Amino acid sequence: MATVEQTEGTAATAPHGQGADGVRRRDFLNIGAVTAAGVGAAALVYPLVNQMNPTADVLALASIDVDVSAIQPGQAIKTIWRKQPIFIRHLTPAEIRDASNVDVSDLRDPETLADRTAEGKPQWLITLGVCTHLGCVPLGTAEGENRGEYHGYFCPCHGSHYDTAGRIRRGPAPLNLEVPEYVFLNATTVRIG
Amino acid sequence: MGFPWAQEYQPKSGFMRWIDQRLPLPRLVYGAVGGGYPVPRNLNHFWNFGVLAGVALAIQIVTGIVLAMHYNANADTAFASVEHIMRNVNQGWFLRYAHANGASFFFIVTYIHIFRGLYYGSYKAPREMVWLLGLVIFLLMMATAFMGYVLPWGQMSFWGAKVITGLFGAIPLVGEALQTWLLGSFAPDQSTLTRFFSLHYLLPFVIAGVIILHIWALHIPGSSNPTGVDVKGPQDTVPFHPYYTAKDGFALAIFMLLLAAVIFYAPNYLGHADNYIPANPLATPAEIVPEWYFWPFYAILRAFTVDFILPAKLWGVIAMFGSIVLLFFLSWLDPSPVRSGNYRPTFRIFFWILIVDVIVLGYCGGKPAEQPYVMISQLATIYYFAHFLIILPILSHVERTLPLPNSISESVLHGEAEEAAPYGTPSRGAQPQPQPQPAH
Repeated sequence: MATVEQTEGTAATAPHGQGADGVRRRDFLNIGAVTAAGVGAAALVYPLVNQMNPTADVLALASIDVDVSAIQPGQAIKTIWRKQPIFIRHLTPAEIRDASNVDVSDLRDPETLADRTAEGKPQWLITLGVCTHLGCVPLGTAEGENRGEYHGYFCPCHGSHYDTAGRIRRGPAPLNLEVPEYVFLNATTVRIG
Repeated sequence: MGFPWAQEYQPKSGFMRWIDQRLPLPRLVYGAVGGGYPVPRNLNHFWNFGVLAGVALAIQIVTGIVLAMHYNANADTAFASVEHIMRNVNQGWFLRYAHANGASFFFIVTYIHIFRGLYYGSYKAPREMVWLLGLVIFLLMMATAFMGYVLPWGQMSFWGAKVITGLFGAIPLVGEALQTWLLGSFAPDQSTLTRFFSLHYLLPFVIAGVIILHIWALHIPGSSNPTGVDVKGPQDTVPFHPYYTAKDGFALAIFMLLLAAVIFYAPNYLGHADNYIPANPLATPAEIVPEWYFWPFYAILRAFTVDFILPAKLWGVIAMFGSIVLLFFLSWLDPSPVRSGNYRPTFRIFFWILIVDVIVLGYCGGKPAEQPYVMISQLATIYYFAHFLIILPILSHVERTLPLPNSISESVLHGEAEEAAPYGTPSRGAQPQPQPQPAH
């Protein structure tokens, strides 16, 4: 039992297992064992945390292809992407003009229409249908719905008004409607995500 | 709790002192599994298995909570949701294999823990309550494991549920009504699955509660030890921390290595292939076998083939439950004052025969109900009951036991009489050694 009765106080006599620098062999073993256990525990935490991330079947639906050929200028459709509504609006030339004539520096979230549409396709406004205030679905896609004072979208929950480029103009929402990543595969098909 | 020489908790900082004065939880932990719990200095590795069982329960609770986030307790989608866990959930295959094999390892360490208690007489006075609470935990474990096995809703899940609840159907008069009540239907169905899921989630926390009582009851007399001799003084003990935390840590590392080996290299070895077939109420599997940890009891159940006053089926059920119930009376069936099998040469022989007997029962329980397995099961069942009801009571009266050491330290130190002298007895000049303290 000699080894267990060593204490730091006996360093002067340098008992068995203790070097001149006062570090005992057992200190090395302790640090090594606890480190190995810590690495093991961290490795086990990873799957326990990561299992809460989206599963493979959810990620498999992470991008969708949408045929936009039937959407006439002035019309909009609502579709679902990653379990969230997506608005696809075919802007009329007048709406494009209105959106482009706004002084960007006056906006709460300054972006031009060109920033928010694909190059060469300014007539296609594709945004998430999720109000940036508290996540309601704004009105304005269907025929006859309230499109707000700026003729884009209107969120009925707390009265946020979006313009024809989906930019926030009045109301509590802090940001413009989010534009997802998308590419046009051909003239009529767009891949979102 | 514990011995008078147990170290008192000393808060190391002002903050811990502040906590300790308002909620002495650190003090409780220190006295339960820290430096404040004196433990016999001579424990061997068979004393690791209680801690290992506790860790196994923790693994089951953690992996189980996580699996419940993805599992769907619906008869139409349960099987698919388990496959969803295996294929789609990030590392879901690992979590499910850890849970399924974790259950097997929980039983492995618990069986070793139980047989440790049988060999070293841990069920004897003054630790009867520890033993009784342990049996309660064991019964809760079996109920939890059975209901957990039903949840994947494969063929073995469905037919296992049917057979096991059918055991209650064997009870005269109320049996059928009881079975229907347990299932919530006339065969395992949506209602069965939902209630089993609810209880499978609940019972582990009940087990955790009974474990706290188990440890509380243990700490009244303190841990037993391989000699079975009572602790006589500070020279017989060492503090739980760091001595047994280190020893348990070593055992835990081995345990985790073995569990990992099974999870990663043979994850389905302990399971049954038929449970990867979705439950089909219209097609019974060729043979219905429970999980391996129930095999000895399953063999006892099937050992009764002849009606004698009562139907054979009822005898099987009575014997199966009786095989566990009689363990509740073990402390009184074996009144020998010598605890440890090390000092009971005849008991030791019968103990090892019992081990072989239970292994034989387990082997037969995993085989189809045909000869020669039925005959072997019958003989092994007779021996099982004879061991506890006839051999142990007689043995405890007639056995000539070996001389016990005077104290734990004497048995450890072999002949160093002065150092090993019982605490408080006058010895030639030497003072009793204090309990060794860890280096801080």
